[in-house]
Amino acid sequence: MITFELTEEQQLISDMLTSFARDEMAPKARDIDEASEIPQDILTAGWDLGLVSATIPEALGGSGGERSPITSAIILEKLGYGCASIATSIMAPSLFVQPIVDFGTDDQQSEYLSLFTGDYHAASMALQEPHFTFDVVDMKTTAEKNGDSWVINGVKRLVPLGTTASHFLVIARTGKDKGLANIDAFIVPRDAKGLTIENESGTQGLKPVATSSLTFDSVEVPAKDRLGGDAGIDGRRLINTVRLGGAALALGVARAATDFAIPYARDRVAFGEPIGKKQSIAFMLSDMHSDCEAMRWMLWKAASQLENGDDATKATTLAKDCINRLALRVADNALQVFGGHGYIRELPLEMWLRNARTLTLLEGPVAV
Amino acid sequence: MVDFSISEVDNEILAQLRAEGKAGEKYTRYYEDHEEEIIPKKFDEADDFPSIMSLMKKRSFDDTPGATFQMLLIMQRAATLGVTLQTRTGGLGNAALGAAGTDEQKKKWGGMTLAMSITEPGAGSDTKAIQSTARLDGDEWVINGDKIFVTTGIRCEGVVVWATVDKAAGRAGIKSFVVMKGTPGFNIVRKEKKLGIRTSDTAAYSFEECRIPRENLLGGDESVPKPGQGSASYKGVLKTFNMTRPAVAAGGVGKAKGALEWCVDALKDEGVEVDWEASAHNRTSAQQTLIEMEADTDAAALTVLRAAWLADKGQPNNVEASVSKSKGGDVCRTVPQRAMNLLGAMSVSHDHLVEVYLRDGRISDIYEGTGQIQRLIIARNILGFSSAELS
Repeated sequence: MITFELTEEQQLISDMLTSFARDEMAPKARDIDEASEIPQDILTAGWDLGLVSATIPEALGGSGGERSPITSAIILEKLGYGCASIATSIMAPSLFVQPIVDFGTDDQQSEYLSLFTGDYHAASMALQEPHFTFDVVDMKTTAEKNGDSWVINGVKRLVPLGTTASHFLVIARTGKDKGLANIDAFIVPRDAKGLTIENESGTQGLKPVATSSLTFDSVEVPAKDRLGGDAGIDGRRLINTVRLGGAALALGVARAATDFAIPYARDRVAFGEPIGKKQSIAFMLSDMHSDCEAMRWMLWKAASQLENGDDATKATTLAKDCINRLALRVADNALQVFGGHGYIRELPLEMWLRNARTLTLLEGPVAV
Repeated sequence: MVDFSISEVDNEILAQLRAEGKAGEKYTRYYEDHEEEIIPKKFDEADDFPSIMSLMKKRSFDDTPGATFQMLLIMQRAATLGVTLQTRTGGLGNAALGAAGTDEQKKKWGGMTLAMSITEPGAGSDTKAIQSTARLDGDEWVINGDKIFVTTGIRCEGVVVWATVDKAAGRAGIKSFVVMKGTPGFNIVRKEKKLGIRTSDTAAYSFEECRIPRENLLGGDESVPKPGQGSASYKGVLKTFNMTRPAVAAGGVGKAKGALEWCVDALKDEGVEVDWEASAHNRTSAQQTLIEMEADTDAAALTVLRAAWLADKGQPNNVEASVSKSKGGDVCRTVPQRAMNLLGAMSVSHDHLVEVYLRDGRISDIYEGTGQIQRLIIARNILGFSSAELS
């Protein structure tokens, strides 16, 4: 049945994170971006909300909550609203955790998930590759079976939390055929032999989130660390989960920019009246509001298909297309409402534009 | 729990509605070419389909709620181009009678088809600017003025007319009157010729010293509220927009959906298809366009469902109704246009019906408040400006 009704738990989480984003994250966002560094206390505060460990089974020290992509989408939108960089730092470990919850064997779950039930613990996913025409269905990083191990070769870039992650989920192609169904994931510790990790030059958006480049030179991974064991994974589901994660953060950024532009347009006077009384501005704000609504329902629709266990590839592609275009347009127009003030780094407008541009290009620095 | 899946029963109903809409398409081109004809009340094909009402009885209470499902029905029907196989009694004026009429008035006129006549040559979206007048003369109202764009204005048996009893009172002076066809002084000036929706008869009227009984004032309240007091009846009309706007938006979204489906099917026959896994670099421009068209249409559809779902919940949906109407108004224009882009020159040929989507869809960004009016309403709400402050 069609319903937009949140569960009681989702409503509680949404309310809690609305306050956290407004009171704890947003006031620090500008300084954090400028300093390109996230203070440990906000990271700890965010981590201690238990969002990453929520879906880890109780037996492994987690909260044993239901795995819900819709709940994740709500969480990520709220966190993205507060500060996309803090959100990414807190939630990027979900790139490692959620796929293990979704596809991991019992052994993999008990070996790795308990790492995330205590203090902040960084882990990440290595997906992006150096070439401009990067395509997840045609990855250059390969994993070849060699006896009881897999041998990984290739280069991964823009790996979030690469400087601190203890483990990476490395996405590689095992089969000869292209296609989402033929991708696989491998659990690789940062000290694996043949893995070189290098700091990168920085990124336009999500500035405080350090990214790394990972070079795999015949890195041997024991067969037990192929995600899902012999069965492997549902590559479509994995990629859809990641793509919607980035989309949810981008939506949060767009909504934050809209909510920031509205009171400004109401108060800022030009030619004797508030600029919001001019239709050129009023219509822009109206469209920004409508776009944010539309984006959220597209995100929820795709997430609900994941939740129902359906193949959400088409819905995810549509949601991503919608959010890629609209989130960027909304952030861009929010800056335009502020004119020159939007271009100055004192206000968060230019930061939101950079973050929206970045989030809508990454396959996803977090997972729903 | 958030969900967008459609139950088996609902899918069955939607499938039948589609089949019915498709069955009517064999008459579509004829009535496009013979706009002067009014379509028959019933075509023979109507008997091939059980009434939707009988199918609706199979729905259960834990199904998609009523108003929300209604939107799916409208979208589905609008996605086909078939003529209405069986025209029901009733028009927009009947809704006004139901909402504002006295019991006696409902009894008297409820079984008739009543049109709604608001728009004038100088007053479209700005309804408070209407110039038609009604003056009380003994026990009769005397109506004068010109009216245009009256939907079902030819077929109807009577009409609910908006006229002012006190121009100085502005909005508060505007009242609704029921005028029967054949009343002296009530003239049908013409049947409009339109870009699309040609089986919908649109009339222009003039009222010249048209006398009607005093009891034909809808609702019977002759008082004129003082300025600032607001008019309950006017506000009532605005409130009904919260349901009619998503419905009209649904019609526009349906035209977008229909154009997209038509285009997807036709291109598939010629070997062009979207690969949902392909990256942006590996898509053709046509594939990217199809993805954007579907994303835009889906997004608009979801805003419609959201507005209706809030109404089902009994929650305010004023802004959401306008959001859906502005989004629906966008896609009813862009998607049929882009579909024709992809189909090329042959899409304009009368060999095919796809060109009708553009012409029929175009109205959805105009009636029930243009896209620009919707944006004003949204902007006033989010900015906290009154209609006087932001106009």
